[in-house]
Amino acid sequence: MIPLNYYLLLSAFMFCCGVLGVVVRRNAIVVFMSIELMLNAVNLTLVAYSAFLGDVTGQMLVFFVMVVAAAEAAVGLAIIISLFRNKQTVNVDELNILKW
Amino acid sequence: MTFEQSVFYVLAAVSIFSAVMMLLQRSPVNSALYLILNFFCLGGLYLTLNAQFIAVVHISVYAGAIMVLFVFVIMLLNLGDEKRLREHLGIRMYFGIAFSVALLAELLYILGFSSANAYVQQSPSAAEIGTVEYLGKVLFTKFLFPFEITSFLLLAAIIGAVILAKKKVVQ
Repeated sequence: MIPLNYYLLLSAFMFCCGVLGVVVRRNAIVVFMSIELMLNAVNLTLVAYSAFLGDVTGQMLVFFVMVVAAAEAAVGLAIIISLFRNKQTVNVDELNILKW
Repeated sequence: MTFEQSVFYVLAAVSIFSAVMMLLQRSPVNSALYLILNFFCLGGLYLTLNAQFIAVVHISVYAGAIMVLFVFVIMLLNLGDEKRLREHLGIRMYFGIAFSVALLAELLYILGFSSANAYVQQSPSAAEIGTVEYLGKVLFTKFLFPFEITSFLLLAAIIGAVILAKKKVVQ
């Protein structure tokens, strides 16, 4: 049997990869993918705790995280498309119209 | 090493590898492909945790729907042009790496002291919990209200996506 800690370690590492992607990468689409990676790392934690504690609530929460991730991907990619249409770039450094 | 352990180690190694490679790829299409590999590994890890239904839903929703959307948008935006992909990284990259390594160290520090160390064996009811039957029963009784609310969320997302991505005449 694999102890719970191994799953949590893997999840922590993947979450930090996602954080690194959001902070370092400048391509808006890759930033988005990194956010999906972070959501998945959290999902892994939830499922692992659910299995080890014998509680179904964790797996229910994963459902709702998936729904939010799907909605977020749809709206976020639509935002990227409309930004690209107006600015001809997806580099987040050049998308500074909300900055003053 | 038992079969279960070796499956876990292989899946964990491939998922870490693909997560790191996703960050290092210059082209977003390659990043997307590595992310899909990562999702498949996660699906396998859910299977090792006896969460069969979550595993299937994860593969079909993430690898099937969300990543298709990503690849479709990459195709639509025609980002293959190398000039647009150039990323200027300076001191900010080192700060970013330092901060995420610090976050990882904090998480590991917490894990070292957490009560999670006590759990070495999956719960005996884990296999029962992951089935469609059990999850469906809980979803449509205890979690019925949140389930209904998600339909509103999805409706709002659909409307938002259509309005945002609709062709507008500029100037």
